[in-house]
Amino acid sequence: MGAFGHYLSAHFATLRLEFWGLLVGGLANGFIYAMVAIGYTLVYGVLRLINFAHSEIFMSGGFASYFVMKAIIGTSVPSGLASVGLVILGILVGGTASAGMALLLERVAYRPLRKRHAPKLAYLISAIGASYFLFNLAGKEFGRYNLSIPSPYINHTVFTIFGANVQMYYIVILIAGVIMFVTLDRIVAKTKLGRSIRAVAQDAETASLMGVNIDRTIALTFIIGGIFGGAGGFLFGLGSGVVYTMGFTPALKAFTAAVLGGIGNLRGAVIGGLILGVAESFSIAFVQAAFIDVVAFAILLLILLFRPTGILGERLGRSA
Amino acid sequence: MKAFVKRPFVSHLLTSIGAMAIFELMTGPPGSSTTPTAGFTGSFGERASFFGLFATYRFVVFLALAVIVSGVWTLWQSRGSVIKHGVNTGLARPRAAWQLKPVRTGFFLALFIFALFLPHLETDPYWQSVMVEEIAVYVLLALGLNVVVGFAGLLDLGFVAFYAVGAYVTAWVTGALPTPAPFGIHLNAFFAIPIAIALVMIFGVLIGLPTLRLRGDYLAIVTLGFGEIVTIFANNQYGITGGSEGTNAIPHFSIHLWFIHYVWGLAPVPYYYLTLAFVVVFIIVFSLLEHSRVGRAWTAIREDEVAAESIGINPLKYKVMAFAIGAASAGFAGVVTAGQTIFVNPQSFTLPVSINILALVIFGGMGSIAGVVVGAVLIQTVSMYLLHSPPAGYQSSDLYIYLGAALVLMMIFRPAGLIPSRRRRREIGMAEAGEGHMDEVLTGDTP
Repeated sequence: MGAFGHYLSAHFATLRLEFWGLLVGGLANGFIYAMVAIGYTLVYGVLRLINFAHSEIFMSGGFASYFVMKAIIGTSVPSGLASVGLVILGILVGGTASAGMALLLERVAYRPLRKRHAPKLAYLISAIGASYFLFNLAGKEFGRYNLSIPSPYINHTVFTIFGANVQMYYIVILIAGVIMFVTLDRIVAKTKLGRSIRAVAQDAETASLMGVNIDRTIALTFIIGGIFGGAGGFLFGLGSGVVYTMGFTPALKAFTAAVLGGIGNLRGAVIGGLILGVAESFSIAFVQAAFIDVVAFAILLLILLFRPTGILGERLGRSA
Repeated sequence: MKAFVKRPFVSHLLTSIGAMAIFELMTGPPGSSTTPTAGFTGSFGERASFFGLFATYRFVVFLALAVIVSGVWTLWQSRGSVIKHGVNTGLARPRAAWQLKPVRTGFFLALFIFALFLPHLETDPYWQSVMVEEIAVYVLLALGLNVVVGFAGLLDLGFVAFYAVGAYVTAWVTGALPTPAPFGIHLNAFFAIPIAIALVMIFGVLIGLPTLRLRGDYLAIVTLGFGEIVTIFANNQYGITGGSEGTNAIPHFSIHLWFIHYVWGLAPVPYYYLTLAFVVVFIIVFSLLEHSRVGRAWTAIREDEVAAESIGINPLKYKVMAFAIGAASAGFAGVVTAGQTIFVNPQSFTLPVSINILALVIFGGMGSIAGVVVGAVLIQTVSMYLLHSPPAGYQSSDLYIYLGAALVLMMIFRPAGLIPSRRRRREIGMAEAGEGHMDEVLTGDTP
């Protein structure tokens, strides 16, 4: 074995030792990526366009829940039912704020262009402008330091799995994620709203002839994506705190997750998020901490070059 | 209620109030993490004096502005065509004159002569260094990005990477980096110019070959990632790039010919003339390119890639060319920056710089060389003025709030830019009328 073989075996030993811990942490991150990826994938499904400002939708959820949590919890340490209620409240607040932001964004940065049938380049530029506007405005209004959300629960180890500690934070993410993903899956598959989203994604003109209100459907798509992004912002903030630039890296990774699972494909976004979270977590055993973000980007580039339709395939307009 | 809100006058007024509220927040005092509401209450409730004319609460002034804006807007919708017609007839003669080649050449020559004398007209040291570091360099960067975004229609959000490579290559060949200079020779910064330009162009080809196969929106996000990676790499490889401190030992440009020994110092004026010369060279080269076979190929790809391919244009080849050619001017910009400021570090080459350059191109007019130069000079001058003598409440990073807003507003109201390229304007018009095949959003599946 040469030097490279030696390098690999040493790092695989680290991976074996840390396997379960990395897996748990990676899955938790993966759920958050998946939540944000839902927003990318839904909007892509309907508009065929990457919502570059989704990172700021995520950020506004984080900030809104930070302020509410800080006002309610302060310095106390909630436990029991209060914790459950506070987590639900945080998700609701984050989701509402982000949904509002998403709606505003659609109105201001996208709808005027849509009415003019502007070329795609215009949307991208407008979205990038909106994103820069929003996060720098947040930096101006709320300061440029990382603020940690007061924890609504005691972050103790709930149980251990093969020596890996599973903390309350991971349990919260898991439960919130599963409930939200299943609900969304059912909404898109069964309800009238879901049907109109699928119809617009399939063929907007025909859908409008069939009586689907396109503007309303697009707005609702942004709102649903916003709710998931905001919930993700809150959960992310619980772990890493909120700061005006918090959206950039998670959003880039969530976008990778969406492409990895197959853009436009809701279940793909979830699977892509989980795979990306775990892959990134395992890569900690192999590369310097500073290059973790590069790993996700390398995955994005490889997927785009060799399988641009992702794992489950692009699915626009079909159920889930 | 809904019908009431939908009435033009009411909806104009509500939109204007919303826009003015946002404007008020942008220009208002900052908040902080401990007092998150200070910015909001201050923006609306603070008493401020407006140009010393009168002092009142900010919200009063902005409400009045909103009423004026909505009034003008309503008037514009009913009487706008008359005004437009008047402006058009008034401008008919100057526009016709502008079509004549000697008039245009004369105008640009006059501008050039003005630029030549500028360092002697403005002798303030702050503005002299701004002329080089923030204006001339950004004109070069904008010219380069214009080739990529304007000519070839490729949205590159990591353009700063080329700038960074240019600067780091300069540091490398002059022997200022931990990486040993090639062959152990510490070159004069002048010799870094061709080497940096050549290496940056190669770097452009290397990045372009894999990424330019991707669709437009994917390209944007991938180039964004590449821009970040260059920064991460420069930040973390102490042995190669000097890490986050970079280097501050780059020698100034110097001339040693037999008995002439002349070393440029920190004084910006010589660099200004060097950069100006290259700006002129790049303008000439790029405008020749625009009207050459290559430029026509770019236009064809931009307007309809499938059709271009079917008449024998290899899209990938021409896109990679656009990347490499656009990168060349950014590479030179890097050399000037490194040679004048004598330091490079990763903090000077972050994503906001890419967005800043993009804003210059979009504001001036994609694909319009005159527009890009004017846009770059205007925006950079204003932003440097704001930095130099900031109005109350303005922080240096607020610049990106304004640039972001400018990008959105330009896309909504004037997508072809301040001085539109004739061809670009036609294309956007055609796309909006549903002709041509520039890709649109939400029209079902375009072939």
